[in-house]
Amino acid sequence: MSKLKNILFVLIFSIIVLNSSNSAEKSPRFLETKWTFKGLFGKFDRASLQRGYQVYTEVCASCHSMKYLTYRNLAEKGGPEFSEVEAKAIAASFEVTDGPDSTGEMFVRPAKLSDKFVMPYANEQEAKAANGGAYPPDMSVLVKARKGGADYIYSLLLGYSEPPEGVELDDGVYYNKYMYGNKIKMPAPLSDDLIEYTDGTKATAEQMSKDVTNFLMWSAEPHLEQRHKTGFRVIAYLIILTVLVYFTMKKIWSRVESKV
Amino acid sequence: MSDHEYTPSSKFGKWFNDRLPLLTLANHLTDYPTPKNLNYWWTFGGILTFCLITQIVTGLVLAMHYIAHADMAFSSVEHIMRDVNYGWLLRYVHANGASMFFLAVYIHIFRSLFYGSYKSPREIIWILGIIIYLLMMAAAFMGYVLPWGQMSFWGATVITNLFSAIPLVGESITTWLWGGYSVDNPTLTRFFTLHYLIPFLILGLVVLHIWALHVPGNNNPVGIDIKKPSKDTVPFHPYIVIKDAFALLMFCIVFALFVFYQPNILGHADNYIEADPLVTPAHIVPEWYLLPFYAILRSVPDKLMGVVAMLSAILILAALPWLDTSKVRSAVFRPLFRQFYWILVADVLILGYVGAMPAEGLYLLIARVATAYYFAHFLIILPVLGWKEKTTPLPLSITEPVLGGSPNLAAARSDEKIEKTIK
Repeated sequence: MSKLKNILFVLIFSIIVLNSSNSAEKSPRFLETKWTFKGLFGKFDRASLQRGYQVYTEVCASCHSMKYLTYRNLAEKGGPEFSEVEAKAIAASFEVTDGPDSTGEMFVRPAKLSDKFVMPYANEQEAKAANGGAYPPDMSVLVKARKGGADYIYSLLLGYSEPPEGVELDDGVYYNKYMYGNKIKMPAPLSDDLIEYTDGTKATAEQMSKDVTNFLMWSAEPHLEQRHKTGFRVIAYLIILTVLVYFTMKKIWSRVESKV
Repeated sequence: MSDHEYTPSSKFGKWFNDRLPLLTLANHLTDYPTPKNLNYWWTFGGILTFCLITQIVTGLVLAMHYIAHADMAFSSVEHIMRDVNYGWLLRYVHANGASMFFLAVYIHIFRSLFYGSYKSPREIIWILGIIIYLLMMAAAFMGYVLPWGQMSFWGATVITNLFSAIPLVGESITTWLWGGYSVDNPTLTRFFTLHYLIPFLILGLVVLHIWALHVPGNNNPVGIDIKKPSKDTVPFHPYIVIKDAFALLMFCIVFALFVFYQPNILGHADNYIEADPLVTPAHIVPEWYLLPFYAILRSVPDKLMGVVAMLSAILILAALPWLDTSKVRSAVFRPLFRQFYWILVADVLILGYVGAMPAEGLYLLIARVATAYYFAHFLIILPVLGWKEKTTPLPLSITEPVLGGSPNLAAARSDEKIEKTIK
């Protein structure tokens, strides 16, 4: 059994070492909220994802693109799961340039399920010009691109306040205690009752922040639910197999006068 | 290397085997006499083979979907993550697989250091291992560049810039490596090609590594030479096979926990931001497994000397069989060496830790002390220990009763077992 202990020691030790080497930089304590997508069986809150999409499209999308998402994703399993009809209607409310047609002309048509999310600006330069020189980052994988992930995004959205004494802010720069360096060029995007939720939920700033962060988490990890489900099965299978192999090993090694 | 000649039982088998002795090879691998006291630290060779195969298979499929182009690499990775069937699984297995590979190789290397497996007659196995380790680092580094995120780009910039430290020709070499005047599309395409090539070189070296191992046979925790086959050994199959399988499964459980529940914890968030040559990340850090060497590099104020120190830190390992002057292999019988061994382990972990920190103030000081100690361990402590250290008596064999009251627990326990069997 002492060897089993050895193995356990290696595993624990290595995990600690690996984790400590990455949690190197210290980050401010994030606001706490319960995420349904965390844990062994973590899943997205479907209604929250749908509301999150509404926040994105009515608020964020005026500056932030989501270029890796496709309208069909909105109806796919494990996501907001809008019905196909709803997703088609959402797509059709946007216009995309297509072509060239048979006469060689480009034309504008309503978007289809197979189209990527329409971007607010034609290019990075236009986006910068419209936002005082700051580029609003693409939000497709934003949650994974920030230390602290969903907690960070949620905290940032609610982290605006008046600057403390002695902090000078330029025009168009805002104070946010969770932002790297505490200075952010995005004005506080969410305030109570900024939008009206179609499902009647009260649109507080906290609610909207949580919903849109949920939505961003899904957009960064669209297969998260499948990953958790598969993961549980894989690990359960491995544990059963390990136990069986362990007893087989004991049996085989009982033939030689040495312990395993 | 079996002592007996193998003859296939079937007529066709004999005909085939006379022309290509694959069956003899298979027989050798099954019968291969292995010390029966090998502990679980010895299972990592098999685990590493599994890691290599996993990386090659997942990498092969990923390469079918990946586009090695500066404008498309990042979005092709997102395409894999979103639209390719089980693309997320393939990519997460491949990315975390690299980390697991290094975790296993470090355990493998430190096992060898503890039990003196690098000593005569196993020097060539050891040196082949060091070459494999070097190639692994090259493959991992280039693989990390392929997603073309911020850390990919800036990591590649930092590492390739090291070559510019070479006097006279440094700048030209760097330009030649880049295929231009900065890290750009030509750099990406050549890194992809090399990233595809290196695993197969490693595979070839692994074959040599195992071949060289099968000449003298395995070292063992007691570290003494044993007669093969004898009652100190067991045939590889089924004894070692089942034990390796058990250890591999335990390893896979940890692997799966990372892949399915924390797939990004070992990576850097900045690598989900597409590469931008105009924006430098706040801290440029390599993957965790390269951090100790990164710390050594940065602890030397001079760029060229830093590069020399970093390379020496790895190459010094190749000279280890001759730097360690002790005739006794296993640390079990070397009380002083054992203490210095654990100090070295701590030293490397500290180097890894400060490698992740900004190179300033106290961190820099710690890095310098740890770097100095790292070299002192190999260049001063080991040679001196070999002459000065009083080792405890070695047992005559794994199973025979121990002469002179050795503190070896493994041997003592197997004695109990013998008594039990007699009763």
